[in-house]
Amino acid sequence: MAFREYKIGTRMFGIALGGSMMITLYMPSLSIYSVGVTETGLVKGLSYGHNSGFSYEDPFLQGKGKPLTVTVKKDPVTGDDIDPVSAYVYKAGTPFPSAIRNPNILGKAVQALSAEDGQVGEAVESDGAVFLVSRGDYEGETFPYIENVTATRKWTADAVLTAAADTDKHHVGSGKTMFIREGCWWCHTLLPEQTQDWQYFGLPPRLGDFNGEAPTAFGSDRKAPDLLHVGSRNSSKEWMMMHFFNPRLVQPHSIMPRFDYLWGEVDANDNDIDFDQWRTDYKEYAAGNSIYPPVVPNYAPNSEIRYLMDFVLSLK
Amino acid sequence: MFKYLFAKNEDIPAGSAAVFFGFSSIIWFIIGTGLGSFNAAKLAFPDFVTGSYMFAFGHMRQVHVMAVIFGWISMAFAMAFMYITPALGNTKLWSEKLGVWTCFNWNAGLSVALCLMWAGVTSGREYTDFPWPIDLIILFAVLLPLGINVWMTIVHRKTQGIYTTNWFFGSAVFMLMIVVLVGNLPEYFSLTGLTEAYLTWWHAHNILGLWITPVAAAIAYYTVPKITGNPLYSHRIGHLHFWSVVVFYSTPGAHHLMSSPLPEWLKSFASVEGVLILVPAIAFVSNLLLTMTGKWHYFVDNIEIRFTISGVMLAIPLNMQGGFQQTRAINWYVHGTGWIVAHAHLALLGFSTFLEAAAVYYGLQTILRRKLYSLALANFHFWFLLIGFATYWISITIAGLIQGAAKIYEVPYIDVVIAEHPYMIARWVGGTMVFTGNVVWLYNMWMTARAGTPVPVGRLPHEIAYER
Ligand code: HEC
Ligand code: HEM
Repeated sequence: MAFREYKIGTRMFGIALGGSMMITLYMPSLSIYSVGVTETGLVKGLSYGHNSGFSYEDPFLQGKGKPLTVTVKKDPVTGDDIDPVSAYVYKAGTPFPSAIRNPNILGKAVQALSAEDGQVGEAVESDGAVFLVSRGDYEGETFPYIENVTATRKWTADAVLTAAADTDKHHVGSGKTMFIREGCWWCHTLLPEQTQDWQYFGLPPRLGDFNGEAPTAFGSDRKAPDLLHVGSRNSSKEWMMMHFFNPRLVQPHSIMPRFDYLWGEVDANDNDIDFDQWRTDYKEYAAGNSIYPPVVPNYAPNSEIRYLMDFVLSLK
Repeated sequence: MFKYLFAKNEDIPAGSAAVFFGFSSIIWFIIGTGLGSFNAAKLAFPDFVTGSYMFAFGHMRQVHVMAVIFGWISMAFAMAFMYITPALGNTKLWSEKLGVWTCFNWNAGLSVALCLMWAGVTSGREYTDFPWPIDLIILFAVLLPLGINVWMTIVHRKTQGIYTTNWFFGSAVFMLMIVVLVGNLPEYFSLTGLTEAYLTWWHAHNILGLWITPVAAAIAYYTVPKITGNPLYSHRIGHLHFWSVVVFYSTPGAHHLMSSPLPEWLKSFASVEGVLILVPAIAFVSNLLLTMTGKWHYFVDNIEIRFTISGVMLAIPLNMQGGFQQTRAINWYVHGTGWIVAHAHLALLGFSTFLEAAAVYYGLQTILRRKLYSLALANFHFWFLLIGFATYWISITIAGLIQGAAKIYEVPYIDVVIAEHPYMIARWVGGTMVFTGNVVWLYNMWMTARAGTPVPVGRLPHEIAYER
């Protein structure tokens, strides 16, 4: 390396690469960091949990260690009827989301409100906690913030879960994991584009809509409709169920794969699902030999398809 | 191979690591394109192997991408490092044993990583789909030893200067390591939101821009002068190419997210820098085509030059697309459509693959000192690759334009799916041709090692290509 030119060259290389990283990493991170979270962002962060991809608690992406989104209709402490609210329930030991762990990603106002009015600092992971998205005033403006109702209203995770019916519990967090694992985002995007297609697919997301969500899984090449607002286009559980079991049942031209294997072994009544029989019947139907398609089995309450459906229907 | 893992460095024949890498890369090429063809079949015929966890499209797609990028392309690069770096320094590889170990670690690690990913263990981030512990293992067990070998070989060279190719090799491994390290920050620290999305694409862009593109180009800087006997047209232009890659190619990561709510200044910056990528691109293409001056007959009668120059020529449409499709004026139309998939294959299956194939052809013949077993099979390979690729590229570009039109006219999505169907089938046919060509290639190279005519001392394989 004794050549003097190479010393200069190496230094210039360092400066060039360092400068490039300064502009493309450091400066954007300052810009992005200064963005305050929106209500949508809070809801996503709280309902998806800590990380929907590979993580310690869920290395095989089975939807473990994720919070539940529960529609609370009765105050779990007093038993009085209340206006339904969505509560994000973290059972004891469920990893808290980034919004709680690193509240500085929320932006100044939301962070301050969550700490003071929401008492999020008191939440302890090993005891579990219940969070709501509430609204409060900060320096004369209204902001959403995270309320730790375990501290403010004594709603414990267990109490909320016991009081709620199974139909009011939504496995949105585990479903997001299914969405990642099953690669839905190789065909579907979660990002209506800013330029054009929002008339069809709905509002493009805003700057603060993702703080706290990981991975974002926007999807890069789209072979299917954008799903960011699919729940408000189509909220029919029956349609979704048939569509996931075999998309060709409801949309003969679809290229979406069948996700029947997410049903698992048994249906809602604990009976074994006979996939071979179903496929044989379906072939008959597809060939025009029978008029009705075989019936899609109801899924078991703890099946992976339940998680996925809860997630997809939560995309409003 | 295994017997060399524990042999003394001096006992390992020079070039062993390169040969192992060469054959590994061909095998991964077959696996990768086989998976690609399988995926393409699934998109054309959705009920082809359906309803099973392992073979779902969503589990297989990223395995294809990672197998071709880190199996085929990067291992072919490693092979080139192992024989070109020492050749250009007029010396031996710094440590043949380290090279063999790198090859072993790489094959073992990649197999495990891909199987895990296949089973659904993923970080959910495109191009860095491997969970971060695996990325770190790749970094320290594969890239670091690879880099050390290249850098030490350059340091111990017996020439005074360092040739263009070796600047690229030495710096690209280094940049790749930085990119992998930084690109996985969101996973180590669970960064979220736009930071995560942006870093995902910063990583993806720089894998392509600071690893695949420059190393492929550097290989051509070696093969063309070596085989034609012409000196490189201009070292100055080589300098321009090198520095503009470092300065311009490393910056436009955000152009992958033009329609997302990233800060506007960042998108505008990326879009301008993206156009500036034309500087290294034009420098590279013109430099090589001018190096060919007076020797264009090689393009017809020499297989390595035919591969290399075809790759260089494919870089022209590639960079025309690349330079302009990321400007706001065009991006809104093509973003997220098959156009981009076609572009990705133009870059990786067209431009880059053709240059590496030449390096593997040439390297295996020179190291093994054996003439290619069959020129006819090599021609078959070339044409199957070229026609297969062209079919793929044209059909998916058309499909992408249909998608783009449907996007702006807000056509119901299912009509797009129907309209794309014939092109999906064409893509599958084209891709399967590529796969078939590769199987033939493996056979040809295997037979070259086994039964190729030995190359006499003092001659080069391409000189005697037409002698019996
Ligand atoms: C091979 C690509 C592909 C994959 C993978 C895929 N889909 Fe689809 N999906 C489609 C296509 C094409 C359509 C449009 C036609 C139809 O309705 O089936 C669609 C439609 C949908 C719709 C209805 C959209 C609407 O606008 O009404 C939903 C919901 C959906 N998919 C969810 C999913 C989920 C969840 C996954 C992952 C488990 C998934 N898809 C995986 C291709 C895919
Ligand atoms: C060396 C050769 C190849 C390389 C380097 C390569 C690389 C890639 C890359 C980078 C992607 C991701 C594209 C994107 O996200 O925009 C991809 C996707 C894909 N490739 Fe390849 N590929 C190669 C060969 C093939 C072949 C031979 C086929 C066979 C048809 C194929 C079929 C596919 C398919 C179907 C996809 C998915 C596209 C989609 O999701 O829309 N590839 N490949």
